[in-house]
Amino acid sequence: MNEINPPQAAEYLRFLPEIILIVAGALLMVLEGVTTTPAQKRRLGYFALAAIAAAMLGGVAANNNSGQAFHRMLTVDGYGTFFRELVLGVGFFCLLSSFEYLRREGAETGEFYALVLFSLVGQCILATANDLLMVFIGLEVSSIASYILAGFLRGDRRNNESALKYFLLGSFATAFLLYGMAWIYGILGSTNIDDIHNVLSGTDRIVPLPLIGMAAALTFVGFAFKVSAAPFQSWAPDVYQGAPAPVSAFLSAGPKAAAFAVFFRVFMTGFGPINGRWVPLVWACALLTMIIGNFAALAQTNVKRLLAYSSIAHAGYILVALTADSQVGMAAMMFYLASYGLMNVGVFAVINHVANRHEKFVHISDFAGLGKREPATAALLTVFVLSLIGVPLTGGFFAKFYVFRAALDSHLIWLTVLGLLNSAVAAYYYLKILAAVYMQEPGEATSTLQPLEPGLRLTIWATALGTLLLGIFPSALIGFVSNSAATVLGKLGP
Amino acid sequence: MNLWLIPILPLIGFLINGVFGKRLAKPVIDAVAIGSVAASFAYTLWALWSLYPIDAAHHESYFTWFQSGTFQVGVDFFVDRLNAVMLLVVTGVGLLIHIYAIGYMAHEGGYYRFFCYLNLFMFFMLVLVLAQNFLLMFVGWEGVGLCSYLLVGFYFQEKFATDAGNKAFIVNRIGDFGFSLGMLLLVTVFGTLDFFKMSDAAKGHPIETQAGVLTLATLLLLLGATGKSAQVPLYVWLPDAMAGPTPVSALIHAATMVTAGVYMIARSSFLFAHTPITMRVVALIGLLTAVMAASIGITQNDIKKVFAYSTVSQLGYMFLGLGVGAYSASIFHVMTHAFFKALLFLGAGSVIHALSGEQDLRHMGGLRKKLPITCWTLLAASIAISGIPPFSGFFSKDAILAAAFHHGQYGPYLYLIGVLTACVTAFYVFRAFFMAFFGEYRGHAHPHESPLVMTLPLIILAVFSVAGGFISVPKWLAPMFPLAGGDDLNLEIISAVAGALGIAAAYFFYVLRPSAAETFKNKAGAVYTLVNNKYYVDEIYNIAIVKPLLYLSRVVLWHGVDEDGIDRNLVDGAGRRARDLGGALRYLQSGSIRNYATWVLTGCLLVILIIGLAGGVR
Repeated sequence: MNEINPPQAAEYLRFLPEIILIVAGALLMVLEGVTTTPAQKRRLGYFALAAIAAAMLGGVAANNNSGQAFHRMLTVDGYGTFFRELVLGVGFFCLLSSFEYLRREGAETGEFYALVLFSLVGQCILATANDLLMVFIGLEVSSIASYILAGFLRGDRRNNESALKYFLLGSFATAFLLYGMAWIYGILGSTNIDDIHNVLSGTDRIVPLPLIGMAAALTFVGFAFKVSAAPFQSWAPDVYQGAPAPVSAFLSAGPKAAAFAVFFRVFMTGFGPINGRWVPLVWACALLTMIIGNFAALAQTNVKRLLAYSSIAHAGYILVALTADSQVGMAAMMFYLASYGLMNVGVFAVINHVANRHEKFVHISDFAGLGKREPATAALLTVFVLSLIGVPLTGGFFAKFYVFRAALDSHLIWLTVLGLLNSAVAAYYYLKILAAVYMQEPGEATSTLQPLEPGLRLTIWATALGTLLLGIFPSALIGFVSNSAATVLGKLGP
Repeated sequence: MNLWLIPILPLIGFLINGVFGKRLAKPVIDAVAIGSVAASFAYTLWALWSLYPIDAAHHESYFTWFQSGTFQVGVDFFVDRLNAVMLLVVTGVGLLIHIYAIGYMAHEGGYYRFFCYLNLFMFFMLVLVLAQNFLLMFVGWEGVGLCSYLLVGFYFQEKFATDAGNKAFIVNRIGDFGFSLGMLLLVTVFGTLDFFKMSDAAKGHPIETQAGVLTLATLLLLLGATGKSAQVPLYVWLPDAMAGPTPVSALIHAATMVTAGVYMIARSSFLFAHTPITMRVVALIGLLTAVMAASIGITQNDIKKVFAYSTVSQLGYMFLGLGVGAYSASIFHVMTHAFFKALLFLGAGSVIHALSGEQDLRHMGGLRKKLPITCWTLLAASIAISGIPPFSGFFSKDAILAAAFHHGQYGPYLYLIGVLTACVTAFYVFRAFFMAFFGEYRGHAHPHESPLVMTLPLIILAVFSVAGGFISVPKWLAPMFPLAGGDDLNLEIISAVAGALGIAAAYFFYVLRPSAAETFKNKAGAVYTLVNNKYYVDEIYNIAIVKPLLYLSRVVLWHGVDEDGIDRNLVDGAGRRARDLGGALRYLQSGSIRNYATWVLTGCLLVILIIGLAGGVR
């Protein structure tokens, strides 16, 4: 940085979603102090929803002004905008479905909403980060808010355990990431992703490759932890199982998508020139993640834990796209995360509905007879589950289709075959849910169901509709993500 | 032009009745169901009127459905002269049958459900007809199959109805398997599924005198067509499908869905033109089906079964026409057949309705006076199917037979067998007609003429059955399919006489000398038993295919592979292994975060090791 220029107005515009969220979050913290009744608190929730919606619009405005900002710290491009909108959408629906949950637990506070907004700020920064420093800041902002959210019901032991594990292990993994970043700065003299790419692909300077490999390995550990890839997945089941259901939905979709966004951006652009080093690693990691996720899920009876393992397995599929290391793979990853976000938020919303007070009913057997009690909810749950399996006419099908096609295009035949076998195994544990829903008589959980609350209803319908839309008309989205991926990878030299 | 409106309107009807039907009053359900189809028909008329004379196909692209590399499938509709005919038949006859169904289904349970399925069927059928590529057509193709399954099994409390529904579905699966394989093959050959792009690409392809890739592809498509259009060897589902309500038999299993196979082959004529071998197979299958089904028709006593076999037989004629290259004659026959066969079924429905569900011809008789409108309209349809000029069936059937006669050195034999079958057709259709309407009443119900809402469609269809032959479809289609051969007066006279002979024979056996039929039946003995049991085709399939398949599924796949292999070893085993793994991981899940951290550290070392081993960069 030779000279210090004050940022231009356009650069603030590119940062608009984050600004909106920060202001709204701060306002919420202030208002929290002056509101007392649950009805007032609920209004704070609506305010948070409006803030997210405004941030989404801000994201569109930022995209219309795409470019870099703040000394190349951020890059607002189609790719970044896609993930901004994705995490904001996930945040919106998780917040919407949390109202009923918090009311049930008697824990409606503005704090919760503010934390969701703060976590979203971090995720939005991750989506557009163009510098390892911003990556770190985004990761921390997002994670610290998430740690608190995971333990939000302070009286609940499961919540506490979940939060503590998430926090300690998360910090541990972040330390690796930071250490890797420090190495990179030490070796290359920059933390900017574009610079890293240029130095690594340039021939004018001799780079100590083993040291760079070491640094890449350390950052890899950090990212792999955040996306719950094996062998760093062990926190996910405990955390997802213990956290409040809407928070589990949020954690499994939002931060994961943001982490994948930056994972792909750093490795495919920054470390792109040394892909010979990390592709074999990701290959092994993808396979291990799929296997651990799917096979551990077979024996689960707790739906939240099952979905935690399923979320690990899905991370494995997405890593297959990273192994492909191509533009098609990047586009496939984006499509995958969009459809995964929709179906996961949807399925957690149904769990939220069935779970009842203090999450009493979160076993597969508790879903027995849902098909009889609430045919519509059961039908939508079926849509989500089929999408998780990857049945045609749902988003999950095309997500897997594009990922494995990208893998085949990159001649990863064995990984594709093993991945497809894995997704066949997955059908077994997903179908256990549907078998309970349709083939068993209603039990205690489904007999004492409360009527479906409007917020949850909207969440479930909207996500189901989105899942089906992606499954029937994938081309609209695939066109956008292909272009975005082309921009990210195209601006780089050969 | 918004072609998408044509299928969407019935879909809207389906959605309204499907979601709210339970709570809606009957008149509202009627208004939605009939109104949506009527609007679709009206819009079709308007669209065709404004496009007239449709010299070039009118295309509409809505969006790219999906894309993978250079291969892309769009949701594109189009209209040309060929599917204009189909559109009019489907929406027009469909509308009449919808109206008729108000009366027929008035006293049935599941009223809204019935109209719901019927509207959904219209949607899929129209998608099938309007689609501009094979895959979109396949969506409609599968959709109508689904609706057919739902409607055949409409009386789902009855085991025979659900069995028939399953049979229709499973048999069609075989055909659809062929269709989809054919499609995949075409993708690998042409890289597209669009009819027009493929047609252009196919022009450069040589005609395959020896079997080649196109021959295989067209044979697979043909397999699909034999399933949907009930041809040998997959015709067995159609007679059973009569378990559905009669309007369904008229709409789906006579006038529209079963002709989808004919339409599909005519639509892909640019492929079939390159494969003379397949064409020969098409003609032979058509002829064999026509003869076989007609002979079975003689022995049936269930009025709907008689007409079902006659449908199979008439579809055989259409395939014969396709096989000899007379596409326009086949489509002509699709249209006239839609008129007179829909009328036959609706008339039969009127009789069944009047007799409170009686379908056995032996318990009918003398209904001429009780059901005058039904009787006269059915007479018109029977004459039409018998091929007596100037009724509609004569023109289309004659066009097919004439084309067969002029087709190569074996043409005259094809013609001869066709004419004999026409004579048999006239005989068994009039046998049913005379048994129902002449002689003395042999049943115990109190027959009454059906209400206007049912008789009006009968009358309209009767007008078209009589005069529909003057709508010269071959001339209309001449720009697409050149006219084959001129009029041959001798051939026309021969086939007309054959029809008349059949009617006369039926009159002799079933009106003048009813006892003669019985004597004849006894004399024929073994042959009669063979034909009456439908050549034991169902039984042969049962022994040769169904039983081994069941054995394979039950003993090998279920008990062997599934229970022993998958459940015991893989699933339980995997579960056990997962539990073992869980045991190993229990150190991790003990709540001790130190163990978690140890894992992360171990993982980290592994990662560095792998990256180190993967060294030797660039």
